[in-house]
Amino acid sequence: MSVVALSRTVEPLLSVQHLTIGIPSSGGGHATLVRDVSFEVGPGVRYGLVGESGSGKSMTLKAIAGLLPRGVEVLEGEIHFDGDDVLTMSPHERRRIMGPRMAMIFQEPMTALNPTTRVGKQIAEGPRRHLGLSKADAQELAVDMIRRTGIPDPARRARAYPHELSGGLRQRIMIAMALSCKPALVLCDEPTTALDVTVQDQVLRLLAQLCDDMGSALTFVTHDLAVVSQTCSRLSVMYAGRIMEEGNVREVYEAPQHPYTEALFQSAPDFDDPGRRLAPIPGLPPSLTDPPPGCPFAPRCQYAIESCSTGSKPLVEVRHRHLSACDLADQIFGGTR
Amino acid sequence: MSAAEQPAAVLEVREVTKRYGHGRRDTLRALDGVDLTLHRGEILALVGESGSGKSTLAKILAGSTSQTSGQVLCDGVEITARRHSTARRRIQMVFQDPYSSLNPRMTVRSALSEVLRVHRVVPREQIAEELSRLMSLVGLDDSALDAYPSQFSGGQRQRIAIARALAVRPDILIADEPVSALDVSVQATILDLFESLRSELGLSVLFIAHNLAVVQHLADRIAVMYLGRIAEVAQTDTLFASPEHPYTQALIASVPRMRPRDLEQPPALDGEPPSPIHLPTGCRFNPRCAYAQPTCLIDEPALERVAEGHSVACWFAGQLQQAPTKQSEEFA
Repeated sequence: MSVVALSRTVEPLLSVQHLTIGIPSSGGGHATLVRDVSFEVGPGVRYGLVGESGSGKSMTLKAIAGLLPRGVEVLEGEIHFDGDDVLTMSPHERRRIMGPRMAMIFQEPMTALNPTTRVGKQIAEGPRRHLGLSKADAQELAVDMIRRTGIPDPARRARAYPHELSGGLRQRIMIAMALSCKPALVLCDEPTTALDVTVQDQVLRLLAQLCDDMGSALTFVTHDLAVVSQTCSRLSVMYAGRIMEEGNVREVYEAPQHPYTEALFQSAPDFDDPGRRLAPIPGLPPSLTDPPPGCPFAPRCQYAIESCSTGSKPLVEVRHRHLSACDLADQIFGGTR
Repeated sequence: MSAAEQPAAVLEVREVTKRYGHGRRDTLRALDGVDLTLHRGEILALVGESGSGKSTLAKILAGSTSQTSGQVLCDGVEITARRHSTARRRIQMVFQDPYSSLNPRMTVRSALSEVLRVHRVVPREQIAEELSRLMSLVGLDDSALDAYPSQFSGGQRQRIAIARALAVRPDILIADEPVSALDVSVQATILDLFESLRSELGLSVLFIAHNLAVVQHLADRIAVMYLGRIAEVAQTDTLFASPEHPYTQALIASVPRMRPRDLEQPPALDGEPPSPIHLPTGCRFNPRCAYAQPTCLIDEPALERVAEGHSVACWFAGQLQQAPTKQSEEFA
């Protein structure tokens, strides 16, 4: 497929190929949550997966982290991380990479942190186990990590329990924990959705800066176009379990190559363009158990023609390193440049 | 807007405070002297971060809790939480999560007709007709009447919640984060609905939100709350073009933008709001304010008028150069 044929200068750190995730059911009619998703994340790259609820963005991330909920399975495809096949790994092998090489930051830090353990100790657990540090050295590293997340008085904060901290501080602790072993890849699932705007702003900057300092790549799942355009350099837009468009953030923002991306931008309030009228997308996303043939966005698309509802719609390169799953991308968006 | 066409106040909040906790122990001051006026037929947005007291104010206005002190006036007449059913009907509320505010075991028809019967909005024989009217008001088909809340999408469910609020024919709608739980592509349809309800029914709407980008498109005026007080009130255009309060400036600078920008620059605002149990002395924003002066640490500034329809609670209103936003442009 064209995705694989793309010229690349560096080996990807994370490679997801033809990933299909679903809920198998014995009676047939199983739901497919993610369908034939392929993308690659290079070392140090900040990559965003954007989509609305039900688009499959979180499931894709969970499959990479090996955290798919019970009953949800990878039906097809491969996920390679640093050359290793993540899906065929034994639980033991997976534990060896989760933490030191791949780390995850969740949306709600209160449920991800252990409420009965001081945060410093929780941060130190990873370095002790994976880097072989002594208790004292790991504790020192934990305090240093807390300092690097910009929390004042880190030594005192290290002795706090999660409930003693505010939402913003807790999320900083999660970031400190995720980055404590200098992982090559950090996975984030809506890490700032639960935070206030002024705190979200602080946390996004911190996350980007720390990942750069540590040379970590980031895979960032969010529903917020503005958040992804501030944090990531490259993104995929997902809809109904598929990638509709992939490209560099700046190019996708300036010249989207898929009608869904365009519609999503037009429906979202843009702070820099307050005069623009918000245009909602009519209709509803398709059913996951019985998706329509052809392009899943066709029933809601203002440009749709008859051929949109038939055949498969692969992601093809329409411009340099800019891919679209729309057959008509050239006709619709070709003249915009 | 000239003083001659000063719109009538439909809802007035005067010096309202709300404290939680009793006795000598620490009390939480959720609202600490709020003055706010909702004009007839306008959409007023109330914006603030968590803990700013915006939802507490909504509850007081809707009558689901009572204030510790201060007054709420509806058309010049004081109303309390123990209000007469006619007063209760005038002010209705729409919540953030429509799924948890609708009974999952009642069809839309039974939920709405219950409201119509209990409040005797229309005679029994006209209930069916009234239900269709409500459905068309919120842009739903009559076939939706026989479905259960779980059968709808988030946006449709919010329309049903709005229809229920409208069933008693209120003239004031308090909407507490009504689009925060919805996908972006659907948000705009609900914002449009509020706009059309205002123009068709002449409703006055208090629209509570934490996202400035959302209210920018909808509100006529915006009130910014911080830690239980109003920091700034202005016409929407004025507020975005020339925010006077340092907190408003920081809030505007913090909104994530579509246009990719540099993350190297420092955030617009450091720290988080302090606890409403231990409020700082002086201006409550001083611990996070870049311009704080000795005066700010001692005395609390009142909400003062700086221009027609523009009030700010800052000792240095009108003197600040909006440095945070200017600075960020230079960096970029």
